[in-house]
Amino acid sequence: MPQSILTLQNIHKSFDGATVLDGISLSVEAGQFVTLLGPSGCGKTTTLRIIAGLEQPDEGAVILGGADVTRLPPEKRAVNTVFQNYALFPHMNVHRNIAYSLRLRREKKDVIDKRVEELLSIVQLEGYGRRMPAQLSGGQRQRVAIARALACDPQLLLLDEPLGALDLQLRRQMQVELKALQQKLGITFIYITHDQEEALNMSDLIAVMNGGRFEQIGSPEDIYERPATRFAAQFIGQSNILEGTVKQAMEGRAQVELCPGNFVTVNGDFAPGERIALSVRAERIDYGNAAQYGFHLTGAIKLHSYIGGVLRTTITLPTGQELLITGANPVSTYPAGCTVQVFWDPAVAAVVERGRAQGAR
Amino acid sequence: MLGKPNAAKGGKKRVISPTVWPLYIWTALFVALPLVYVVTISFLKKDEIWGVTNQFTLGNYLSLFDPVYLKVFGQSFLVAVSTTALTLLIGYPFAYFTAKFSPAVRSFIILLLMAPFWVNSLLRLNGWIILLKANGPVNELLMRLGLAQEPLKLLYNGGAMMLGMVYALLPFMITSIYNSVEKLDWSVIEAARDLGASPAKAFFTVTVPLTVPGIVAGCVLVFVPSMGLFFISDLLGGAKSLLLGNLIKNELMQARNWPMGATLSIAMLLFTFAFIGIYKRVTGEKTLGGIK
Repeated sequence: MPQSILTLQNIHKSFDGATVLDGISLSVEAGQFVTLLGPSGCGKTTTLRIIAGLEQPDEGAVILGGADVTRLPPEKRAVNTVFQNYALFPHMNVHRNIAYSLRLRREKKDVIDKRVEELLSIVQLEGYGRRMPAQLSGGQRQRVAIARALACDPQLLLLDEPLGALDLQLRRQMQVELKALQQKLGITFIYITHDQEEALNMSDLIAVMNGGRFEQIGSPEDIYERPATRFAAQFIGQSNILEGTVKQAMEGRAQVELCPGNFVTVNGDFAPGERIALSVRAERIDYGNAAQYGFHLTGAIKLHSYIGGVLRTTITLPTGQELLITGANPVSTYPAGCTVQVFWDPAVAAVVERGRAQGAR
Repeated sequence: MLGKPNAAKGGKKRVISPTVWPLYIWTALFVALPLVYVVTISFLKKDEIWGVTNQFTLGNYLSLFDPVYLKVFGQSFLVAVSTTALTLLIGYPFAYFTAKFSPAVRSFIILLLMAPFWVNSLLRLNGWIILLKANGPVNELLMRLGLAQEPLKLLYNGGAMMLGMVYALLPFMITSIYNSVEKLDWSVIEAARDLGASPAKAFFTVTVPLTVPGIVAGCVLVFVPSMGLFFISDLLGGAKSLLLGNLIKNELMQARNWPMGATLSIAMLLFTFAFIGIYKRVTGEKTLGGIK
């Protein structure tokens, strides 16, 4: 079993009576790229600050490389942070910024100079040593912040929305570079973002956060294809959430009634009468003249809109709910107003809630 | 017509709006003219009893190097430096911790700091005299606590004078530093801790360098007036230690040596300019940047 480099055990934290972290636990293996994904205010920055030692948890423990560091100050932890606004020392040039931690360790000058040169080349900023932070562009500052955080070979690098302030083009480029850097150095990254594309693109493991809790922890594929909660399904990608009651339960499969006369097939073992909520990705839904997979779901096409690359179709179900469907084909054979049969492969739908009380919506 | 905006852009022709004329007239009448007058009489000979003759002399400036005057300069400088150092030592922690409070508490503390300014400074100094005199509350307290057998002589000495100076000038130091500390980006200090700096190390390598503009502005604002303040040493110091301010006052009011008084004033002015010049050098700022 691979060794866990960081373990968070049931961390609680509140500020002025407001709960920010409500019992989170996480285990990170060495060399992983882990992303905390969630909307602003979900507690992801607080989690990072607790790992870094900049905040103390009210309850729970932070285990780093096998040792409990919960009460250790930030300077005693082999963890470094790339801050959201970079937090470069404005009164020091790039060289002195990067050398800061090395100088604190009283390394010899030639050792420091060599290491700084090495780091500058890693982040592709050779020759920028004499510049002041104010003379750098956003992307360059970001690279300096990364180089500075890497100077002492931390076991763990924490990155707090490091690409947040960059424009889209540069973000995409830096995503690729950061991922390549992480693989090259073999350092464990814990990365914060609210951008799902960034999270899916770079991570080995994603922890979806909401309201101070982890909604789901899994691989990008897990998170996308098999969302565990309603929030996880809705926060990432384009999801349709459908609620219904199990009418007929068979071995490994069930017929779920969305409204009288409309049934969908769901994989899994359920009890009749159970309320469940399903999540189906917009691009996984299909429609046509004849239903498949044992579905009986009719809907009226409300509108088609071509959004470049995909055709987005809205279908109104008899329940009044609107389904959002995206298809690769830029033209649909069914014009708006048509009544069609809607279906999907039951394997692509994820059950995000079950057993809710009858009648609850 | 097309040429005009360009000319304006070049900034060669600056039209002074009539609305600011009063300002210029005021400055000319009440700043420039008196200054010219002071400079002029500093080069003139003293008349027998009162006023000046119209004979040119450099003698006033030469007598600046008279040991008596040099001693006063030295003493004033020493008092100004000690006042600056003391206000800095007290003011920095005060400003630093004030800036860490919530905005509401902060403005309340700054209000408390400013409140004494609503009362005339002479009145406030007389308040100190009442507190410190032989049968005053401070002595009473010390004797009740058994810390003193008989009333201590707390007034009319160097200590009382320093107390008065620090008391009068401390708010300038605090507000200057406070303005700098308040603008600090605390994440930079967190970054220093994150990179392995102890709280003290982070303070001296990051916090202090980043608040230098406030420190220097505060030092200038304390040092410059403390060279010239005469009434504090008169009232609390019992005129025992003669400072530059007292000397100028004495030359003008008692010795009736106007040229010497003028010369000393010019010397102090140049000295102060030099100090402000150093400030600009250190901080690279054109104005007293720490002050809003």
